[in-house]
Amino acid sequence: MDAEAAKLIGAGIACIGMGGAGIGVGHIFGNYLAGALRNPAAAGAQFTNALIGAALAEGLGIFSLVVALLLLFVA
Amino acid sequence: MANDPIHQFQIKDLAGPVNIGGYDISFTNSALFMGIAVASITAFLWYASRKQALVPDRTQSVGELWYGMIHSMVKNVLHEEGMKFFPLVFSLFSFVLVANMLGMFPYFFTVTSHVVVTAALAVFVVGLVVVVGIWKHGLGWFKLFVPSGVPIVILPFISLIEIISFLSRPISLGLRLFGNMLAGHIVLKVFSGFVVSLVALGIGGIVGAIAPLAMAVALTALEFLVAFLQAFVFAILTCVYLNDALHTHH
Repeated sequence: MDAEAAKLIGAGIACIGMGGAGIGVGHIFGNYLAGALRNPAAAGAQFTNALIGAALAEGLGIFSLVVALLLLFVA
Repeated sequence: MANDPIHQFQIKDLAGPVNIGGYDISFTNSALFMGIAVASITAFLWYASRKQALVPDRTQSVGELWYGMIHSMVKNVLHEEGMKFFPLVFSLFSFVLVANMLGMFPYFFTVTSHVVVTAALAVFVVGLVVVVGIWKHGLGWFKLFVPSGVPIVILPFISLIEIISFLSRPISLGLRLFGNMLAGHIVLKVFSGFVVSLVALGIGGIVGAIAPLAMAVALTALEFLVAFLQAFVFAILTCVYLNDALHTHH
């Protein structure tokens, strides 16, 4: 296989990892909303924690995006 | 190339090349927009706090909202003893927020879409955690990597994982901000590029361009949310990491 083609395929495969980050972020905010609807009084204090969790989950997805961009523009 | 999505991140010399000792320290568009960000933060906060009226006007309430949001966030995470870090967290938040928001203007340069800027901020934060931790606790700070109540058999593995997770913090903190801003601006450019190429095709293309145009407008709104959220997340994570420097047991 041509090296350039392999690079493009690799970048595409690397982007699959972002789907996992999407699942994770959706899971966090879905569960936050479910908890918030059960106990709205406690929801405000936990929103910061929900954001921290979402940021940590999203950061891992960003890693796969960075791998894809490295393959496309640097490697 | 008109539709090249990476072109917008190019760093350009504005005043001609300046080299000192082999290092390129020219005044670039990145440096210009960092300066604009700092100048606009200073000017806005000075203007908002000039009267300090008991009943605030609109500008003053925006300034108070801005200050109060970070103040309560630092107080919730770091408590009273950590309030000496409030100026640092507020400066970091303001710089990242205004740099992100400036990037949303057409033809403006996004400072935070370069990994060198975000990684420098992140390495500074995590380096500060190490310095403050050792300053406050001495070598006892390294108990952070040895959680209490763990069976001795698996303790080496847990410590290894703790050390790896600590060392990956500057990488993830810097790459998160960089990746979000870079990806957002590339997506905006790609959808705007669809509109331009479709309109060039003629009347059928103009009808077809409505969908990507609507998508570009919706994504612009999303990018404003992301610009704010990433600045806030950067500030929260700075507080969470600084909390490790103040309290070793978790």
